[in-house]
Amino acid sequence: MTHFTLDARRLLCPLPVIRTQNKIKTLQTGDVLEVICTDPGANHDIPAWCRIHGHKIIDTVVEEDEIRITISVDKR
Amino acid sequence: MTSKRKAVALISGGLDSMLAAKLMLDQGIHVEGINFYTGFCVEGHTHAIRRKDRDKAKRNNALWVAEKLGIKLHIIDVIEEYKDIVINPKHGYGANLNPCLDCKGFMVKKAYQWLQENNFDFIITGEVVGQRPMSQRRNTMPVVARESGANALLLRPLCAHLLPMTHPEEQGWVERDKLLNLSGRSRKPQIAMAKQYNLDDYAQPAGGCCFLTNEHYASKLKDLWASRGERNYELDDIMLLKVGRHLRPRPHFKLIIGREEGENRYLEGYRRQYTHLKPISHIGPLALIDGTPDDDDLLLAARLVARYSQGRDADQVRVEISEGSHQPHTLDVKPLADQDIPQEWHV
Repeated sequence: MTHFTLDARRLLCPLPVIRTQNKIKTLQTGDVLEVICTDPGANHDIPAWCRIHGHKIIDTVVEEDEIRITISVDKR
Repeated sequence: MTSKRKAVALISGGLDSMLAAKLMLDQGIHVEGINFYTGFCVEGHTHAIRRKDRDKAKRNNALWVAEKLGIKLHIIDVIEEYKDIVINPKHGYGANLNPCLDCKGFMVKKAYQWLQENNFDFIITGEVVGQRPMSQRRNTMPVVARESGANALLLRPLCAHLLPMTHPEEQGWVERDKLLNLSGRSRKPQIAMAKQYNLDDYAQPAGGCCFLTNEHYASKLKDLWASRGERNYELDDIMLLKVGRHLRPRPHFKLIIGREEGENRYLEGYRRQYTHLKPISHIGPLALIDGTPDDDDLLLAARLVARYSQGRDADQVRVEISEGSHQPHTLDVKPLADQDIPQEWHV
């Protein structure tokens, strides 16, 4: 398992979702990806994208201006 | 049927493409969705920026549709490639700067490339004959099929009976009898189908899903092109056209003035790229300058920004100006009066 971080700050949806999708294409099952965003819409869209592709959200931290979403990659 | 056939569906997030995909799922076809991000998609951008809208529920409608249908959705960034469609549309523009027919052809072409790369069998869209004045006419729908390269692999399930037979129908991958013959601008059949499928809460965008169809947005893009003497743009340009109050007091520069806290915060992200002004003696907006202002222009810009601050009626407002890597400097200015701001300055 490897931990990766993706900086999607200042990007507006759906760009954080697209960057997450493209990053996960390069990862393996069991890897963990932490996405840092500023668009509040990402907190809805990234989990929705993960649900339809079978990846799991393992943590979400919402601060005043930043959202950190941690994803466990599952490509099975 | 010996093996499960695979269709890639263009999913906009609206009802029609959702129903088209549903018809294919009902026939046992494996469907995955594809959605293209051009940079002009409406999809709640301004809601994400403006403070007053931040508490409203937000969702990406294409993702919502995919989840509702239980299909995968692939969102593709086409920002760079799409520029040529916006700048040089072979078939011209529809409403405002919407390159309607070229856009549809481009998206089907991209879907066809995706199909080839991912070993899918055919493409479906939610198009309905006669629903759009340019791209969805009986005589332009074959143009999209031909120019995209998809030809007979492009199936429009909602109006298939009104169009020539496609390859998936000829091969028996899908049953033509179960496809539809919808036409025209009425939404009643689609709404009835949605009810039948127990689909509610689907997106019904009043102004369409593309900023290029919006008159005010298109006028700001035309102004940008005119001021630069060329029809081109970067993503930051077209994002900034969605934010703030745009005033062009002189041909060689314009101001982008935040209208509220959320917009000011968004504009702050551009401070390193643009000369910017902010009132410091009174509460007021952040303003970016796009262009090449001289000292007189900066004075005028400061007076304009002061007008939109809480010091608009004061004798003097102190405005801080930051240019590139230089130390910020201040100007004490008298705010411009409303009558001194000609309407034509507003882009």
